[in-house]
Amino acid sequence: MKRKHKRLTFVIVALALLGAAVGLVLFAFTDNIVFFHSPTEVNEDAFRTDRRFRLGGLVEEGSVVKEQGTVKVSFRITDLAESVPVTYVGILPDLFREGQGVVAEGRLENGIFVAEEVLAKHDENYMPPEVAESLKASGKWDEMSETMKKQGHVTKGATQ
Amino acid sequence: MFHRFANPNRFLRLTRPLVPWAAGLTIVLIGAGLYLGLFASPADYQQGETVRIMYVHVPSAWMAMFCYSGMAIAAAIGMIWKHPLADLTAKASAPVGAAFCFLALFTGSLWGKPMWGTYWVWDARLTSMLVLFFLYLGYMALINAFDDPERGIRAASILVLVGAINVPIIKFSVDWWNTLHQPASVVKMGGPSIDPSMLWPLLLMALGFTTYYIWVILVRIHTEILDSKIRAIRMRQVQG
Repeated sequence: MKRKHKRLTFVIVALALLGAAVGLVLFAFTDNIVFFHSPTEVNEDAFRTDRRFRLGGLVEEGSVVKEQGTVKVSFRITDLAESVPVTYVGILPDLFREGQGVVAEGRLENGIFVAEEVLAKHDENYMPPEVAESLKASGKWDEMSETMKKQGHVTKGATQ
Repeated sequence: MFHRFANPNRFLRLTRPLVPWAAGLTIVLIGAGLYLGLFASPADYQQGETVRIMYVHVPSAWMAMFCYSGMAIAAAIGMIWKHPLADLTAKASAPVGAAFCFLALFTGSLWGKPMWGTYWVWDARLTSMLVLFFLYLGYMALINAFDDPERGIRAASILVLVGAINVPIIKFSVDWWNTLHQPASVVKMGGPSIDPSMLWPLLLMALGFTTYYIWVILVRIHTEILDSKIRAIRMRQVQG
């Protein structure tokens, strides 16, 4: 009986210590684990602009300009507080559209984010098109995206 | 309470009749889930028909984590209470969990290409899931790396317990850090954000995967028990 309890205590204490250690390490590396930075972070003075990074947010409504006859496109990525202008040469993913969450990788050049890769991000809401239509028609859609913005989804997860 | 089931013979007697039931349920549930998911459920408003990958991807990922949690609990019981059946359960679970984990990574990659525009990114969710896959592989390698099976089980149990810290990291990775992977749709505060017409096929598939897991695990534990019996008989013969 005694050895059993000794082993039990040992396992619990070891796991607790390990959990604490991993927690501290992850907390210390928080900045490195994030997949992308928001426009608000990027526009802060403290943000280092000379290295490659990922910029995430929503494609600002009405900001997408496609150059005729080329695959060059420019748009703004916003987190609804701040926004950053982006240029990209290449093929965009199918989900790319205004109001859609995207993550672009590249670097800042004279205040413009030159993207080398643009990935689309989708949210956690799944529904048939008809349901989405009726939500939009009844005005509940805006309510839903409002509450999501309030919950910090846009700045943290860049969803909508 | 565990000791009632500690006896391998009793376990065999009690669980053998469950095998055909689990097998039958698996076929019915996955059959129904696949039909509903692939044919009867609607396309998504945003992702279109591609959303149907979800009906395999999400249950696989759940089962990969569920199976690992089960292994960690079994390994702890085996280590603390010296429960041979618990060790066998952990050992029998590993390849099943690894297969689920591979399926989740593979279908996720096929889903990522059309939706995100890439097969793979090193975000927190995808990376922690890959770590889970390596933990499964490491467990299977370690448990067979010793001549003495007892030592193999002890070393592998420690690995599983240490790796258990990864399970909550996988689950909450999408909340703690911003990731390309979406946040949780089903198991989250405020209830699921999936339309019922898509949620039901998903839950059916998840149930079917669970009964499949029970089916395969039972067969594998039965095999392990018979195996160790054969080994014991051989040892006795050798020793005369």
